[in-house]
Amino acid sequence: MSSLLEVKNIKKHFPLKNNQLFSKEKHVLKAVDGISFSVKKGETLGLVGESGCGKSTAGRVILKLLEASDGEILFKGNDITHVRGEEMRKLRKEMQIIFQDPYASLNPRKTIEQTIIEPMKIFNVPRNERNKKLERLLDVVGLQSHHKHRYPHEFSGGQRQRIGIARALALDPELVICDEPVSALDVSIQAQVINLMEDLQKEFDLTYIFIAHDLSVVHHISDRVLVMYLGEIVEIGDVHDVYQDAKHPYTQALLSAVPEADPHHEKKRIILQGDLPSPANPPQGCKFHTRCSLAEEVCRAEKPALKQVSTSGQMAACHFAKEVVG
Amino acid sequence: MSLQPNSITNPDLSETKNAKTAKPRSLWMDSLFHLLKSKTSLIGFCIIFILIVTAIFAPLIATHSPTEQSILNQYQTPSSEHWLGTDALGRDIFSRIIYGTRISIQIGVIAVGISMIIGVLLGSVAGYFGKWADQIIMRFVDILLAFPSILLAIALVAVLGPSLRNAMIAVGIIGIPQFARIIRSAVLSVKETEYIEAARAIGAKHGRTLMQHVLPNCIAPIIVQATLSVGTAILDAAGLSFLGLGAQPPTPEWGAMLSDGRAALQNAPWVITFPGLAIFFVVIGFNLFGDGLRDALDPKLKK
Repeated sequence: MSSLLEVKNIKKHFPLKNNQLFSKEKHVLKAVDGISFSVKKGETLGLVGESGCGKSTAGRVILKLLEASDGEILFKGNDITHVRGEEMRKLRKEMQIIFQDPYASLNPRKTIEQTIIEPMKIFNVPRNERNKKLERLLDVVGLQSHHKHRYPHEFSGGQRQRIGIARALALDPELVICDEPVSALDVSIQAQVINLMEDLQKEFDLTYIFIAHDLSVVHHISDRVLVMYLGEIVEIGDVHDVYQDAKHPYTQALLSAVPEADPHHEKKRIILQGDLPSPANPPQGCKFHTRCSLAEEVCRAEKPALKQVSTSGQMAACHFAKEVVG
Repeated sequence: MSLQPNSITNPDLSETKNAKTAKPRSLWMDSLFHLLKSKTSLIGFCIIFILIVTAIFAPLIATHSPTEQSILNQYQTPSSEHWLGTDALGRDIFSRIIYGTRISIQIGVIAVGISMIIGVLLGSVAGYFGKWADQIIMRFVDILLAFPSILLAIALVAVLGPSLRNAMIAVGIIGIPQFARIIRSAVLSVKETEYIEAARAIGAKHGRTLMQHVLPNCIAPIIVQATLSVGTAILDAAGLSFLGLGAQPPTPEWGAMLSDGRAALQNAPWVITFPGLAIFFVVIGFNLFGDGLRDALDPKLKK
């Protein structure tokens, strides 16, 4: 299968305001600092990391809601990095986003009907087709037809997220970026929404980039997983490989924090020392060395490259991970 | 693709099934409920209501013609014939005040309409597009704001020529900066919300995003500012008329009536007392109502 989306070395740097008068020194916050990956049609790529590691920024750069500072974004083989204006607007039909906060992502002054129909209006879908599609979307996301005249504040968080999903699907997109779609919901509702998203993926043949910080959710929904730390990829690979045998100490620490349902299974928690360093002033060498239990001189001096660490294509960026060729 | 109904159970939907027949309650209804709970805004609302009714039914309420002169009846004290007395030309003050409500409402609506349309346009463009558009528009607004407002109004009327229409234009123009600033700040905060990002993600153009998503969510401060401005606009226009730059005789405008009665302040205080009270009540009415509206529409105060 060919890749639907290919991202090559994208960077997003935000210039920081300098408060000192006449100072020429310029600071930049490297939210995303050179990440590359590809997503195949129909698969789900999980994007995990602590808050502030740049995963949401990466999602927005791919959707071109934010302009990339550097790098290339290929969608269906076409370079869309510098596509702007009307051409970009047409592309939006094929890539959509589901937002994190269902309370903030729906316009409070619009009814559900208006919200879901709007994308179709923008792309001039005929009126009778629009209404048919609306009914169908309400049905597939588990809302009832009489809900459509209501306003967002009359719904619960889970229902609102369903509305957000219906809006994202209104244009039959191929790629959907899910920006922590369940982290604002109650745990009982999370499972429902995740199941709904899985069903929709099968039914509409969707490709997901699933951004989350909840590792068990990512484990459940993803085919492959990408772990980010301070704007860089530390590990990427098949979800089973990464969860069974993580090669990077950061991934290992993250996974050790996931609670398990088996009370007899004892495992070693790896507690990370210290806080996440500021992305405006990241450590030299390996960015993780300040919190890594394995860190040695080489980590402080030299930045590890992403290298293949298993035969199935798992890659990690650590000096101590054994490189496997083939 | 098949039209399969969703098989997932939705316990979070059950609560709304019972309320199937209930009509959707918009945010406006919530706000109205809050508004009518406050006593002061209710008083304001009553004053405005009386003002509007008076303006509509002025010919039925007035006891005399507002412009009919009767030199023999000049400076009559309040009596059963002339409820609030008469002025220097023997005109019935009560009737003039009643007809004056029409002019005051006209001033309020037109002057505030001018400020609102131009102010909302400038403020929303400045806030939404930012960068150089923001710089140019807001510096222009700062220039307007740098002049004392009544001085600017006098200068504008001096250029346009004294008349009620020009006074309304001048009062409208001096109200622009406040609208522009309030709308700009409201747009700036709405612009950063996720539903605006969502609008971009579904391919909405700037015009659509601004008109359909940004401005409808800035309407609360616009309404509050408009209500509060009506009082100020009536006061400013009365000020201009008092100076002889607004309504021209024999128009029964409250500010002009104050000016006419000024000379006889010591002998016939009723000539200026009652138009002054009328201005006072109308301005306080709009201010109370505007304050109540601001509280009712402020989502932060809601539970």
